[in-house]
Amino acid sequence: MGSLRFVAIALLLASPALAQSTYGVGRTPSADEIRALDISIGPTGEELPAGRGTAKEGATLFQAKGCAGCHGKAGVGAMAPALQSNKGQDLPIWERGRGTSGWMILPLTAPSATIVWDYIHRGMPLGREGTLTADEVYALTAYLLFVNKVIPEDQVLDQQSLPKVKMPIGDDYGRLPDWKHGAPRLQGYNH
Amino acid sequence: MGSKRTSRRELLKSGAAAAGGLAVLGQTPASGQPASSQIATSQAPEHDHASGQVPMIKGTKGLVEYGERSHFVTSMRMAHPMGGRPSPDMFGKTFHIATPLQDSVGVITPSSLHYVATTRGAFVPDIDPKQHTLMIHGLVDRPLTFTMDDLKRLPSVTRLHFIECAGNRHNGRQKNVQESHGMTSCAEWTGVLLSTLLKECGLKRSATWFVAEGDEEVKGASSMPIAKAMDDCLVAYGMNGEAVRPQNGYPLRLMVPGFEGIFHTKWLRRIKTVDRYYMNYNDYGHLEKNSKEAALAFQIGPKSVITKPSGGQQLPGRGFYEISGLAWSGGGAIRTVEVSTDGGKKWNRAEIKATPQRMAHTRFGYPWNWDGNETEILSRCTDEIGQVQPTREQVAKYWNVPFDRSYRVPGLDNSVMPWRIAKDGTVTNGLA
Repeated sequence: MGSLRFVAIALLLASPALAQSTYGVGRTPSADEIRALDISIGPTGEELPAGRGTAKEGATLFQAKGCAGCHGKAGVGAMAPALQSNKGQDLPIWERGRGTSGWMILPLTAPSATIVWDYIHRGMPLGREGTLTADEVYALTAYLLFVNKVIPEDQVLDQQSLPKVKMPIGDDYGRLPDWKHGAPRLQGYNH
Repeated sequence: MGSKRTSRRELLKSGAAAAGGLAVLGQTPASGQPASSQIATSQAPEHDHASGQVPMIKGTKGLVEYGERSHFVTSMRMAHPMGGRPSPDMFGKTFHIATPLQDSVGVITPSSLHYVATTRGAFVPDIDPKQHTLMIHGLVDRPLTFTMDDLKRLPSVTRLHFIECAGNRHNGRQKNVQESHGMTSCAEWTGVLLSTLLKECGLKRSATWFVAEGDEEVKGASSMPIAKAMDDCLVAYGMNGEAVRPQNGYPLRLMVPGFEGIFHTKWLRRIKTVDRYYMNYNDYGHLEKNSKEAALAFQIGPKSVITKPSGGQQLPGRGFYEISGLAWSGGGAIRTVEVSTDGGKKWNRAEIKATPQRMAHTRFGYPWNWDGNETEILSRCTDEIGQVQPTREQVAKYWNVPFDRSYRVPGLDNSVMPWRIAKDGTVTNGLA
């Protein structure tokens, strides 16, 4: 009883620290509602769902799910953006990171492996978006990272291991500027 | 005049009489037909104004409920040739649709003519506003879900803003300003400031970025700085005095004034505030090696174009013309516009037609007497923070690369656009 009263007092004292809502409009979503919509995966991978997959499973899915139909049998040579680089691994990433169509090869140049997972999960397959299970997305991500020699064939990708994959681009990409009201888009450019 | 008006009124008193009157003049009543059938000019009735009798448009239920433009007005959007992909494609998906800027007057693009772009060929979601919600969560004290009715209870703002697609690049192959510059439009947007919603949720200090996500098939998502969210982003449900059109995000669209079009998240369903840059679906295209080039693909630079006279038009002869065009910038309001009528040797201050608004198309005009000689006309603008629209040569010089006709401006191409006037009055692309 005493400890309960203490909690109640502590809550009362703590609440003014949170700025109060001004209008009292809108409702509080449940934890489940938030979880269901929280599909944008950040670089730490905190939004990743449970699941696992390997490159071998991904290779099978790449054919079975129709990926090869648009991207080519091994992820190159068809109408959709290339998914595998055919240039030498000793070349710097920006020299081997583009497919013949000029598009960046996502599973090679993405600064974080979570970006590859996010892209497949929300955007693929064309016309049947949202139909892949978490396991299938882990497996397809593993396959595409494997064919680009980013991870070994037997590596299991899951919630823990995916964000830790070391992408070949490293820090070699441009960061967006700090945006400020009334500032030019690029300091010193004036255009 | 008075008697003429009376006779028209009498004519309209009875539908039968009106129809009879039109029949006598040998004309087809234009009303009551679907708008699409009225587009072809060949179907326009032949008017005999000399007789003093102008044909009448008969009132129909449809025209009482929702008006139409005159069937003499045939200005239309077109599939933008970027990427060579048709809109609609064989499945009814759309990709890029350009605004007929050559016919534009003033600064507001009618909603029916507003440009449209999807990140890839896509269907337009058909969203029931009663089912639609916007959830805001992440680094906030109180995650909140708003219905459309909730949003309309909150204090609103109404602002004029342009949107422009990053693919709005001009080159020498384009024939007219719709092809070269038609992937930008300007509308009056009404909604709630995103800052109002984030304050209502109790935005945490640790939030530095936010991710906005739409409700289309790919749930297109973009990452943007919190400073922009708190400055002037707008969660818009209104467009040009009515609901936002489905192609532009019905029932809810995020406006990010002055940023590239792709950030203006359509069919907005969720905003998550976070503590780092999330490179999600729509952001991946902004990956650049160089941070300077990455910066240019964020906020749009100052840009202007002459819409009249422009490519494909014809000057009937020497004499007076008001040169007319549009100027805009992601950096704020337009401060000055200059026009050259001698290929860029001399620049003259143009007249700005109304008070320029921040991140909005601004109409300019310049009085010109064409002497009948071949020449080139151009415009350039300066925005309120002093950024000046560059020539391609100036951009190449900044990047320290050799300039030639194939030079590609980094980021959204905001370089000066020349139109060439031939001796016979034809206007063509000056980059050709």
